[in-house]
Amino acid sequence: MRVTFTVNGREESAEGVWEGESLLYALRERLGLPGSKNACEQGECGSCTVYLDGVPVCSCLVAAGQAEGRQVRTVEGLAEGDRLDPVQEAFVECGAVQCGFCTPGLIVQAHDLLERVERPSDAEIREALAGNLCRCTGYEKILDAVRLAAARKAPGKETSA
Amino acid sequence: MDFLRPTTWEEALAVKADQPEAVPIQGGTDVMVEINFDVRRPVALLDLNRVAELREWDLVAGVCRVGAGVPYTAVIEDLGGTLPGLAQASRTVGSPQIRNRGTVGGNLGAASPAGDSHPPLLAADAVIEVESRERGVRMIPAAAFYLGVKRSALEPDELIKAVHVKPATGPQYFSKVGTRNAMVIAVCSFAVALHPEERRVGTGIGSAAPTPRRALEAEDLLARELDWDAPDLDPALLKRFGLLCAGAAAPIDDVRGTAEYRVHAIDVMARRTLTWAWNDYLGRRAA
Repeated sequence: MRVTFTVNGREESAEGVWEGESLLYALRERLGLPGSKNACEQGECGSCTVYLDGVPVCSCLVAAGQAEGRQVRTVEGLAEGDRLDPVQEAFVECGAVQCGFCTPGLIVQAHDLLERVERPSDAEIREALAGNLCRCTGYEKILDAVRLAAARKAPGKETSA
Repeated sequence: MDFLRPTTWEEALAVKADQPEAVPIQGGTDVMVEINFDVRRPVALLDLNRVAELREWDLVAGVCRVGAGVPYTAVIEDLGGTLPGLAQASRTVGSPQIRNRGTVGGNLGAASPAGDSHPPLLAADAVIEVESRERGVRMIPAAAFYLGVKRSALEPDELIKAVHVKPATGPQYFSKVGTRNAMVIAVCSFAVALHPEERRVGTGIGSAAPTPRRALEAEDLLARELDWDAPDLDPALLKRFGLLCAGAAAPIDDVRGTAEYRVHAIDVMARRTLTWAWNDYLGRRAA
């Protein structure tokens, strides 16, 4: 079947989509957007996190057909041209990227957190990222990066409780 | 495989009546795992995301009606005061991404004994609204809904429309054993709901029997012997309550835990949750 939806602001059609196929597969293999990573295929690792109508979801657990007519934003859609999003910049500067496989999912999930909470507490950051696994176990640097991005996006604001 | 996309409830019922083998998909957090791992090859997927009314919740005639497509995130954000037990259980589901997609309706459809919504629904006397084109609406009490491991009272041509739960009139608590806070399928779980106006306590046991179930003898014990005007919870009564809850469990050994451990944990969680609820009740009574 054909599935048409908006990806990173552009309307795209994926052709020949199998009915049981995931949104993740359609993004990677049919639309050439390999930023979202395929690891566990069961919602355990968060590496495939994308925005679906503005809400972060595991794209491996969305049937591609369910995205018909909807808005999808992937990690590829966070930067503005050559200018990285503050979350991406902070990940680079803090050394929060090791093998890099978990990074796209963590960046989308952290991006969503900072859209909703200006200066999250450590507990809020941990809770928001609880569904994103990093097997290099670089969590401390990842937390540093989210704190730095939050400080840059909302300078002068206090950390929430 | 067919991919069916009804946009109204009537259309969804018609599709399900014509193709009863179609598998409903809501958040996909169970169905897609099975498809991704080739455990299941349904002849058709019935996408319910487009049926907008399923995503609504409402208070009708003093009862909270939660549409089958309301995601856990909305239960947590909107219903924490009205349905505290269900909201607590919802907070323990998967991760934020999973809670953004997963629904109570989907949890009921999957009918896994480990589903997190079941114990609080049992403890709060929830009723499940199902419907078919041919026979119309059926209202099934939660206690009669779960029939076996991943088997429910839902007929092949029926769809789950909503769950009806009375707003809490007393404290409710949910407790769950797992290896960490996030991404945990319950080793076992327990829910308690105090119904002070009826001088009754509801219970729900999760992941410690072929189906979610109530601890009926333990509920009867409290209905007979709990003194609602007493300053404290009688320690001997609390102990008997825990043992009767443990006795109501019929768990198996599996990868997540042993039967023996689960029985012990149900005893502990039953006593803990009742103590938390009772302490809240005392606080409210004094206020």
